[in-house]
Amino acid sequence: MARGSRTSIGVGRPSPLVYGLLAVVLMGSMFPFYWSFLIGSGNASTIYSQNLSWWPGGNFIANATEVINNPAVNFWKALSNSIIVSTVTAASTVILSTLAGFAFAKLRFKGSGPLLVAVIATMAVPIQLGVVPLYIAMSKLGWTGTLGAVIIPALVSAFGVFWMTQYLSQSLPTELIEAARVDGCSMIRTFWHLGLTAARPAAAMLALFTFVTTWNNFFWPFIVLDQQNPTLPVALSLLNANYFVDYSLVLAGVLVATVPLLLLFMFAGRQLVSGIMQGAVKG
Amino acid sequence: MSTTIAPQNGESKERIRQDRGQLTWRQRRGQWDVKYSPYLYVIPFFIVFGVTGLFPIIYTAFISLQDWDLVRNTGEYIGFGQFDWILHDREFWIALRNTFSIFLLSSVPQLIAATVIAAMLDANLRAKTFFRMGVLIPYVVAPVAVALIFSNMFGDKYGLINSVLNDMGLGSILWHTDIIPSHIAIATMVNFRWTGYNALILLAAMQAIPRDLYEAAAIDGAKAARRFFSVTIPQIRPTMIFVIITSTIGGLQIFDEPRMYDSTGTGGANKQWLTITMYLYNTGWGKFDFGRAAAVAWLLFLIIITITLVNNYLTRRFVSGDDAVKKAKKTSQRLSAKGGK
Repeated sequence: MARGSRTSIGVGRPSPLVYGLLAVVLMGSMFPFYWSFLIGSGNASTIYSQNLSWWPGGNFIANATEVINNPAVNFWKALSNSIIVSTVTAASTVILSTLAGFAFAKLRFKGSGPLLVAVIATMAVPIQLGVVPLYIAMSKLGWTGTLGAVIIPALVSAFGVFWMTQYLSQSLPTELIEAARVDGCSMIRTFWHLGLTAARPAAAMLALFTFVTTWNNFFWPFIVLDQQNPTLPVALSLLNANYFVDYSLVLAGVLVATVPLLLLFMFAGRQLVSGIMQGAVKG
Repeated sequence: MSTTIAPQNGESKERIRQDRGQLTWRQRRGQWDVKYSPYLYVIPFFIVFGVTGLFPIIYTAFISLQDWDLVRNTGEYIGFGQFDWILHDREFWIALRNTFSIFLLSSVPQLIAATVIAAMLDANLRAKTFFRMGVLIPYVVAPVAVALIFSNMFGDKYGLINSVLNDMGLGSILWHTDIIPSHIAIATMVNFRWTGYNALILLAAMQAIPRDLYEAAAIDGAKAARRFFSVTIPQIRPTMIFVIITSTIGGLQIFDEPRMYDSTGTGGANKQWLTITMYLYNTGWGKFDFGRAAAVAWLLFLIIITITLVNNYLTRRFVSGDDAVKKAKKTSQRLSAKGGK
């Protein structure tokens, strides 16, 4: 509503300079992709050529195929692993966070305050603090190298609970819940009919962010998984090792591995933008 | 919240018909429902959280006081010996220096750039969704992928950056050899991925600023730049602190980018870009010394907590202690008083 009042400051549409600067920023965010394509579409010697052409070569498909079919990279395995890990993690985080968020935001129970504070406090704890015991536990259980070792520690997130609590306490009127209770609605039905309905937009955002974060996660999967059963970032990290320094292959592989999330971004980028902006206002 | 509920409600005729005993039972059930069912909602979270989140954190403290035997997979209590060893290890201090240096080189320019970009996005743009999505694209790219691309562009001999520098008649910079250049290269990767993200957070804060503040400032004769420094910046201060704190917590943990900056992943020939988390990784999964790795983890945690607190204190002091901002605050208070009429 206030947008219109802008004009009274005498600004109106911003100057071409602003568009120009923003265009530079966008080119900056796109350039690394173009560079990868440029190198990835050449051959092993492209990067060493004195007069590098700004026009891509014709080898991109060939390079990408070579990386995908390289048995050491294990591309399809990595892709399906990343899909499984990210999907399961996102689903479980959303379900458990919505349940807990509903209780913290709208139900009264003893200890809810301290419990919530404890959850929020752990948001500042780095993942590094837990990796040693987690690794010891996983190796005792014989789970190292399996997807379970990556999924299980990621099933919940303190941030998720914080996010859902924040959202539900603002978007679900307490009177509505009380009315449902007066009408004889049990807790679980109240949650099912009111809580879930109200939580849906925030839950979708949380799922999206958890998916992206898990997909890009490297530190813990790198520790606990091996080359035979990697996620995409772990597989990518191998492109750089093994004296595998043909940059046309490395960067073609990087682009191919980035495509799935760029596709996701095309469909859900708008939601990511508004998720970040909403989170900022609330957080 | 109501505890005595449904049975007295006129609408549920079926329940009215039921005899007294069952009524009390239903009432009691309703009470239990209200009193105890909330726990059922939080228990699944806390069980998993306890096992995968809290237990490892506490257990790390325990392991860090031990000399861990990898074969038997148990440890022997040695007190603070691991901490003592680490604090006397030169490599740890190098890693600490590198971590701070990379953190400063990424957070400060990033915050400034993000604020400027946010201010531009806050202008009454055409196609604003396009621009907002555009700045966010780098965020979805895995840090490992970003690192591979940038380590190529920052190549010492054949990198893009150096060939551009050479074309401009400048000498090459040894991005993979010298300390500060390698930190700049790694900080660039972090900035590439996070500037747009933080710009959107700051943009949200800017959009929440009441527009009449700007109007009043304009009426008082404040030009655009003055409005930016006297109205926008003080108004988004809490969000800036939030951004600074989150980027501190994330920045001090940096691993993916420096690890992928060369093909060996050891942090350079002279540990030029070895960071604390890389040091932790090398201790735990290079030397397989879990007791010492756990101690590094605790040190990292303490460093993060300390820096976050210092940061928080400094930002508040710096921002509110600044003269111009004080004036701006007064102005904005005056303005909001005006606006409130």
